[in-house]
Amino acid sequence: MSESFDVLEPRIDLGQWVEDAFDWFTETFEVVLDGIDTGLGWAYETLLSGLNAPPFLVMIAIFGALGWLARSWQFAIFAVLGFYLIAGMDQWEGAMQTLSLVLISAAVAVILAVPIGILAAKSQPVSNVVRPVLDFMQTLPPMVYLIPALAAFGIGEVPGIIATVVFAMPPGVRLTELAIRQVDAEVVEAGQAFGSPPGRILRQIQLPLALPTIMAGINQVIMLALSMVVLAAMVGAEGLGLDVLSGLSSLNVALGVEAGVSVVIIAIYLDRIVAALADRAPVVKAAKVRD
Amino acid sequence: MTAVRAEGLFKVFGRKQDEAVRRLLDGASREEVTKLGATPAVIDASFEVQPGEIFVVMGLSGSGKSTLIRMLNGLWTPTAGSVYVDDVDIAKIDAAKLRQVRQQKISMVFQHFALLPHRTVLENAAYALDIQGVSKEERRAKAVEALELVGLKGWEDKYPAQLSGGMKQRVGLARALAAGSDIMLMDEAFSALDPLIRREMQDQLVELQASLNKTIVFITHDLNEAMRLGDRIAVMRDGRIVQIGTAEEVLNDPANDYVAQFVADVDRTRVLTASSVMEKPQYVVNADAGPREAQHVMREKHVSAAFAVGRRDNRLHGVVYDEDVVAAVKRGDQKLDKIIKNDVAAVQEDAYLADLFAPSAESKLPLAVVDQAGKLVGVVPRVTLLAAMASITESPDQDPGAHSLQPVSAAGAASGQEGAAQ
Ligand SMILES: Nc1ncnc2c1ncn2[C@@H]1O[C@H](COP(=O)(O)OP(=O)(O)OP(=O)(O)O)[C@@H](O)[C@H]1O
Ligand SMILES: [Mg+2]
Repeated sequence: MSESFDVLEPRIDLGQWVEDAFDWFTETFEVVLDGIDTGLGWAYETLLSGLNAPPFLVMIAIFGALGWLARSWQFAIFAVLGFYLIAGMDQWEGAMQTLSLVLISAAVAVILAVPIGILAAKSQPVSNVVRPVLDFMQTLPPMVYLIPALAAFGIGEVPGIIATVVFAMPPGVRLTELAIRQVDAEVVEAGQAFGSPPGRILRQIQLPLALPTIMAGINQVIMLALSMVVLAAMVGAEGLGLDVLSGLSSLNVALGVEAGVSVVIIAIYLDRIVAALADRAPVVKAAKVRD
Repeated sequence: MTAVRAEGLFKVFGRKQDEAVRRLLDGASREEVTKLGATPAVIDASFEVQPGEIFVVMGLSGSGKSTLIRMLNGLWTPTAGSVYVDDVDIAKIDAAKLRQVRQQKISMVFQHFALLPHRTVLENAAYALDIQGVSKEERRAKAVEALELVGLKGWEDKYPAQLSGGMKQRVGLARALAAGSDIMLMDEAFSALDPLIRREMQDQLVELQASLNKTIVFITHDLNEAMRLGDRIAVMRDGRIVQIGTAEEVLNDPANDYVAQFVADVDRTRVLTASSVMEKPQYVVNADAGPREAQHVMREKHVSAAFAVGRRDNRLHGVVYDEDVVAAVKRGDQKLDKIIKNDVAAVQEDAYLADLFAPSAESKLPLAVVDQAGKLVGVVPRVTLLAAMASITESPDQDPGAHSLQPVSAAGAASGQEGAAQ
């Protein structure tokens, strides 16, 4: 490589190097990757079969009930009508697959993002490292990391989940870091001044006060995960994305619209549910209490 | 034993902190070290706070007060110097021990209250106890007690968002009281409150301090607050403590022009006390001796009235007048007590000058100054009071009268009414 390098006609084999590094990585960590593959695959299948276990009308009732519990009867009606529409458009199966994929991806993204965000908030060096990595993850076209995900896990749901996690995680980290940093310094000082150990300050003061903003981050994670369904379908993940893709390739407007509307209904449903949970945060509730 | 002791404390932010400390110790000015890229926030601060004392640190914004108080409980580590809490150097103990010191010995009240918004008033008041690992029932009992002390009984189940500023700070105070530590650090604890509430809180703090005997380090930028609260006051300027003394010392004997200017517009008649202007009693007769001796003393001093004071206990019994003394001598009385009149105008030694004007105006004799036991410790002749007033109103940079005379006459009228009512 280096002996034939010509300054005037440069050819820098970055792609090759990354591929070599990646090959080394997949071989060295084969066990780990296999574990991830099995784990995520199992989680996805389990959730999906759970969603498919009851007849769809029962499932719709459950979605409605959850909506009622979390928000209001109006929202419950919206949920019931929305999911009934999905079933009526023959998108139920794809919708449940997409819902499973999104929920698993978002869960993994949140499980990774929140602790990283907390670490970044507590340590400037960590923050300095994390920030450019997040920028990188967000600006790199998602198609690009579909390739290694595909190479490592083969066709199926798992590479879709991995790519979705990578794409959806950054706002979770950023908003968690911001949320913790934004917590009133005086209240944290109060914890210290009364002799509370750091872990307890995190648990009793920083996390509860940061929760509304962290929830906003989680919401964004879910929305970004939903926006990845078409890309996930490209690596073989089943679901609504697949219908959009086939609508695209066969110029089938009807199919594309039906799949697209289903995605939107799921998006609104999840968004409103998470927002309702954010309103249940103790700080938010306490601020609203009137005699 | 001192409650809190600071020895050569430095806190420098920014770059080259240690070099900055070295140069400051060598006599460099703050500006010189600032050129290094260092921000000295506290420079060579040393003081001792005695148990049961209210020690006020006063200074303008940015003078380093918050930085100083945060070093006292180790929230911030000094760049140089040591802090002793109950004679333990808190820099020499590990993190766990330091947390123990904070749990048991030293609590804090914050400028913006720093309550946990998602916890009720009761839970907030119990917070320190929760950290200490106190059982739930005991926690509750102590928190309820502390809330009652600060006048928040019945508010236990509210959330901070439902309270006014003054009430929030009462919760902050209750939290510190419930912690049960002897030392309380208060960083501008009342600065965010409006003036009337603030006065109320100051009075309450003084009361609480008197009954609970806490050691309090109180930060303020408000001179009047400092004067009202402080047993002693440390004046800070640009990171240095420029003077430590009682309110009167700071007022009457400012260490430099800066302090003099700082104290220029304080209402001295509300700070200076009778004991700061009183003079040695001249016309005193022995209340236990007979009228003959009294007559002798009064003739010697050319006075027509005199204070009758017990010889052994020095207690003020009252006044005797010349005509009564002469009559008693003529009658051949052996004792003075029948002619001692108690229409004497006596004031406590810690009475403010502002409260002396009314009694002084009504009394023919100089005001008698007595201590708590009723012993005569001095007198304030009217001329002395007027002279003190004159020197007060001559203080620099203000038009005389506007500041000092106005409140005085108002206060005089008020205390006059009180006197009449009694
Ligand atoms: N974390 C920090 N980093 C850098 N400089 C600081 C920091 N904290 C305080 N300072 C500086 O130290 C100096 C003293 O600040 P400090 O907060 O102790 O003042 P203060 O007397 O409490 O003022 P205020 O009345 O405004 O609260 C100021 O010049 C401030 O800019
Ligand atoms: Mg301050």
